[in-house]
Amino acid sequence: MRRVPLVEIAHARSGDKGDGCNIGLIARRPEHYPILVAQVTEARVREHFKGWVQGPVRRYEMPNIQALNFVLEKALGGGATASLRADNQGKTMGGALLRMLVEIPE
Amino acid sequence: MKKIRIGTGQGYWGDRLDAPLALVSSGNVQYICFDYLAELTMSIMQKQKQRDPARGYAHDFVGLCRQILPQVKAQGIKLIASAGGVNPKACAEAIAQVARSQGIKLKIATVSGDDILDRIDSLASQGYALRNMDDGSGISAIRDRVTSANVYLGVAPVVEALRGGAEIIVTGRNTDTSLFLAPMIHELGWRMDELDKLACGICIGHVIECGAQVTGGNYTGGWDRVPDLARVGWPIAEVYEDGSAVITKPDGTGGLVEAGTVKEELLYEIGDPRSYITPDVVADFSEVRVEDVGQNRVKLWGAKGRPAPDTLKVSISYSNGYRAYADLAFSWPQALDKAKLAAKVLTERFRIIGLRPEETMFDYIGYNSMHGPLSEIPGNDPQEVRLRVAIRTKTAEEAKKLGPEVPCLVTCGPPQGGGYSARSTPQEILEYWPALIPAAAIEPEVRFVEVN
Repeated sequence: MRRVPLVEIAHARSGDKGDGCNIGLIARRPEHYPILVAQVTEARVREHFKGWVQGPVRRYEMPNIQALNFVLEKALGGGATASLRADNQGKTMGGALLRMLVEIPE
Repeated sequence: MKKIRIGTGQGYWGDRLDAPLALVSSGNVQYICFDYLAELTMSIMQKQKQRDPARGYAHDFVGLCRQILPQVKAQGIKLIASAGGVNPKACAEAIAQVARSQGIKLKIATVSGDDILDRIDSLASQGYALRNMDDGSGISAIRDRVTSANVYLGVAPVVEALRGGAEIIVTGRNTDTSLFLAPMIHELGWRMDELDKLACGICIGHVIECGAQVTGGNYTGGWDRVPDLARVGWPIAEVYEDGSAVITKPDGTGGLVEAGTVKEELLYEIGDPRSYITPDVVADFSEVRVEDVGQNRVKLWGAKGRPAPDTLKVSISYSNGYRAYADLAFSWPQALDKAKLAAKVLTERFRIIGLRPEETMFDYIGYNSMHGPLSEIPGNDPQEVRLRVAIRTKTAEEAKKLGPEVPCLVTCGPPQGGGYSARSTPQEILEYWPALIPAAAIEPEVRFVEVN
């Protein structure tokens, strides 16, 4: 097994929903989808964004397009219109998730 | 099989202005739909209307009409735009002026009834509490600070306008997807009880409503191989009678449409993919299929529908203080250390001058302003780091105190600081208050304006 950042096997897009953010995480190849399902769990994503995301993390599986959708509550410091964050709309949070390390077969 | 081609003209107010031109000249579309409204936009427009009763809409759309109306008319393209903001009537009148000045015969429709700013108290007295969907609190907590209140209308009034022969439709706060679904229902003969077809229409609208985000913009999956983003083409959906569609773009434009761009946009700003709730249908995306079927052609099909709820979503915004920002750069050597010292100095200065923000945020641009705690500390001494300070205050006066403090750091702070931002004007913070209202309490209104 080899440890790689998620960006090697997945791509992502994120955006705001009130004070929450959603991240669509898509397998670059169909065989990568089971790796996402097994390793990019709600618990790991919550841990990954510790000290940043204040609310719960929910995960939805979409095997039809080999993707996962994450909804992160209380992620934007009050929401796009109130937030002091430089990225007040969470546009770069998808990229932040792609930093996570996963194990893939050699 | 019967089909129509629908293009996206704008994804938001402020989107690239020349985007619709390629759709008109080489898109071979019958409809162009424009989404101009975000939550905050309605508040801005209410303020414009309070200052001038003839304003309060997306005036860019009128300028665009001036530019494309002769071609649009010659080709029989219909335009559906949420450009009406809080004043669809004034927007339609401005477009009518354009048509008159160009000697063009035109039937325009307005869709209104979404604006309930003046009805909040009477609705409350009828028992419609407009409680905050997130925390359940009553609207009385913010009643005196409300700046806009609009119901998200569904597809029915837009279809009514099309049936009435409208060539340009100007709406207020209609759902983004309803603008796209309306021509599908009208042209392809879908019934309102054909829920799977309606769900497919919502799915198609959702995928193309944000403009270039489905044609190669903001594409993590392959941004470095997207050709000619400067001339990126805005999306076109070729929609078939059975609810399937091919997502594409005008010939000769830049950008890229492939399965990956469509998948990223399908997931954009959604919650539970089994319940994409609209006033027209609850769409389930969990069986949607996405497949490359040609160069810049992606087939999209398989959404399922359930009946819509009997409530409509209300988007209310209210004033909640002010925010201000400023930033300046520090250069090598020890740029990050100098920026951190400057932040300390500023914090102490706030105490000395009596600036008491409700919240303060320091970021280091070039290090952690985007990925926050996930950022890795630069291993080598970075070339430069920009200190960004943001504050939230109760009043504009309080926020203004930040202005002079940041430029002074050049002479009173750590060395080699420069390139400070212009003195920031405090911005009013408008917060979002989502609520529900029974659909029965709202009556959408369709009116026609004719230029002969």
